[in-house]
Amino acid sequence: MDLEYGPEYQDFTKEVQSFCKKYKGLSFIDGSNNPLGSLGGSGGPKMSRSEWQKILIENGYFARSVPKEYGGYGGEADILRSRIIAAEFSKSKTPGAMGGQGIDMLVPTLLEMGTEEQKQAYIKPTLHGEMIWCQGYSEPNAGSDLASLQTKGELVGDEWVINGQKIWTSTAQYSQMCFCLVRTEPDASKHAGISYLLIPMDTPGIEVRPLVDMTLKAGFNEVFFTDVKIPATNIVGKRGEGWAVANATLGHERGSLAPPDATMNRVNMLMHLMKEETLDGKPLIEHPIYRDRLMQIQGKVLAQQSHALRLLSAKLNPGTDVKMGKMIQKLTGTELRHELEGLAIDVMGEIGTLYEDSPHLKNDGTWQFIYMYFLGLIIGGGTSQIQKNIIAERGLGMPKEPKVEGA
Amino acid sequence: MYFGLSEEQSFFQDNVKKYLEEHATIDNIKHITSGDKKNLSAEIHQGLLNLGINGLLIPEEFGGLGLDLLFAAVVSEALGGGVGPTPFIAPYVMAPTAILHAGSKTQQENYLSRIATNECRFGVGFSEFIGKRNDAGITFSDNALNGRAMFVLDANDATHLLLADEKGQIFVVDTKSADIEIVKLTTVDKTRQYTEVICKNLEAELLEHSFDSINPINKAIDAGRIMLAADSLGASQIMIDKAVDYAKERKQFGRAIGSFQAVKHMCAEMAADLEPCYALVWHAAHCHDYSPDEARLMACHAKAHVSEMSKGIAKKATEVHGGMGFTDLLGLHYWFKRIGLNRQILGSPELVREEAYKTQV
Repeated sequence: MDLEYGPEYQDFTKEVQSFCKKYKGLSFIDGSNNPLGSLGGSGGPKMSRSEWQKILIENGYFARSVPKEYGGYGGEADILRSRIIAAEFSKSKTPGAMGGQGIDMLVPTLLEMGTEEQKQAYIKPTLHGEMIWCQGYSEPNAGSDLASLQTKGELVGDEWVINGQKIWTSTAQYSQMCFCLVRTEPDASKHAGISYLLIPMDTPGIEVRPLVDMTLKAGFNEVFFTDVKIPATNIVGKRGEGWAVANATLGHERGSLAPPDATMNRVNMLMHLMKEETLDGKPLIEHPIYRDRLMQIQGKVLAQQSHALRLLSAKLNPGTDVKMGKMIQKLTGTELRHELEGLAIDVMGEIGTLYEDSPHLKNDGTWQFIYMYFLGLIIGGGTSQIQKNIIAERGLGMPKEPKVEGA
Repeated sequence: MYFGLSEEQSFFQDNVKKYLEEHATIDNIKHITSGDKKNLSAEIHQGLLNLGINGLLIPEEFGGLGLDLLFAAVVSEALGGGVGPTPFIAPYVMAPTAILHAGSKTQQENYLSRIATNECRFGVGFSEFIGKRNDAGITFSDNALNGRAMFVLDANDATHLLLADEKGQIFVVDTKSADIEIVKLTTVDKTRQYTEVICKNLEAELLEHSFDSINPINKAIDAGRIMLAADSLGASQIMIDKAVDYAKERKQFGRAIGSFQAVKHMCAEMAADLEPCYALVWHAAHCHDYSPDEARLMACHAKAHVSEMSKGIAKKATEVHGGMGFTDLLGLHYWFKRIGLNRQILGSPELVREEAYKTQV
């Protein structure tokens, strides 16, 4: 066990700290138009999100290992540096880079499996925040059983003609592009009939209908495709290889939905709230039942933080077996965050039911919003029940359910 | 940066596991817990002494190996996994830690070197400092102890005991004294037992630095709590392994019961609950030696959290076995009870979480 990063990282930490100081209070001139990044602070420099993104790349604080020719920093991947950057940015409340499915999922996929032309065309504008992507995977009849998707793609001449419907498509209303799973080989078996296509969202025949969720925000959309024509070259991997291409990016998503450090920040925020708020004249933290519930959750989050260190170490020291350790992350991370946000609502009681612009709202109502939002994350990206199947079957080697005829 | 066990730690752990697999078989555990082969427990203990478990935490200057607490944690995990029916936590972890932190130079020399050579074996009774039940408790005056210490760990065959009063002062007493009465308490978990110690003007030696500070006793309790967490971790892993194996074998309705999601999901939940506990226990053990600011918080949370997760696992793993899980024949209950005992020793989860909170105000 050695939790020290080494002297060269101490210098790097100082470098990041002085960078954060320079941009203290940074705010964005393109305000809340872009849903993929934080709003920024106040009293510091002002710029657009895209400019900020470029500054982060120039300094190697974002897209560090993406080659220069594709718009990245062109450095070696350095897990510890990434961790230091994340930690220092979080501590100093410096806005991080924009995220979203293009940056988090498409870019790694293209780097691994895209053609040279695709890398040249898409990676740079995506990293710079100029090209936003949505993910066209789920369909009304293909949720947990994603591979049964039916949106159809036919190759007619040198064009794909796409017909069908996608659902739960986050950010489709802001997106320029969609990476989409489409059934192109109707005669092949379920998993072998899918291709991974790249669809410009301004192509005629695409209709986006926002889908309001329980938080009363339209985080998702339905996307309808009617005779949508795109070039035949807009495919990643070969025809029928879409399932394998998609699985590479799904693996990426599962790890990053609920990082324990972010959950611990919320635990600390809740502890602060419980010291400020009173019930019958006594701070909530002095009510033993609420306090014990907070401590139970703190213990769970500490376990997940330690676990994340173990996974980090496994990345740095290849050969360590953490297969099970990775498999449990989505399930345990999202469930714990939901539980924590729910505790905050319980300790606030009636105040915890206020919403939107109500008087007496605490912490801008983030507890109520995230409590509901995380229920969405528990369901999305493979429900908790699907995660348990994966853990049991792939992790523990338990037998699969017998196949149903025709499924 | 490396977060995990070293090769030496894994190797040492494997040796303990192998030894227990060969010698603490389920049949032998049954003999020991039913009391029909008295020497078996002592033989197994001697075998573990031959591996060096008594000297792990004793500094080299006193003839020990001078290793860190993570070494002891991996041993404790192996003992939990093998439901090892031998003393470990009190004599070889809590006692050396207490003497190292509370003892004068002379006391360290006197006792630590004799633990390393196995001339001295300590039982530990700190319960009244952690949470005094009813009228238990000891008082010290004129170099003598009076009163009762309950739930003294590993006092059987001990040459000495460390007993603490409510203030956290730690005393060394000799078990051969005429003024001591040691009453065996039968526990649910028959692989380990407590005793009640009654002192009547019992001659006692105060560990010097525990006179005006509760830091030494807390350090020893933290170490003990991390060991209990590790023990439950090991026991829980074996319960999961057994449940998964059984669910793959056992057939009902023409298929392995492990193919039913009701069963499969219980197994997945157990695995997901336990997996982060490894990192928590290792991290807590590491902090105990190298990160004093976080050490208490981590030790308390490791004890409480692993206790909670293990309790659920003990129940679910038994349920996966159906009626067989409930039988004495299968012996699964040894792990169930081991986990149950660990949960209550040195502070139940509620008490320990309250201490965790107090470190933050």
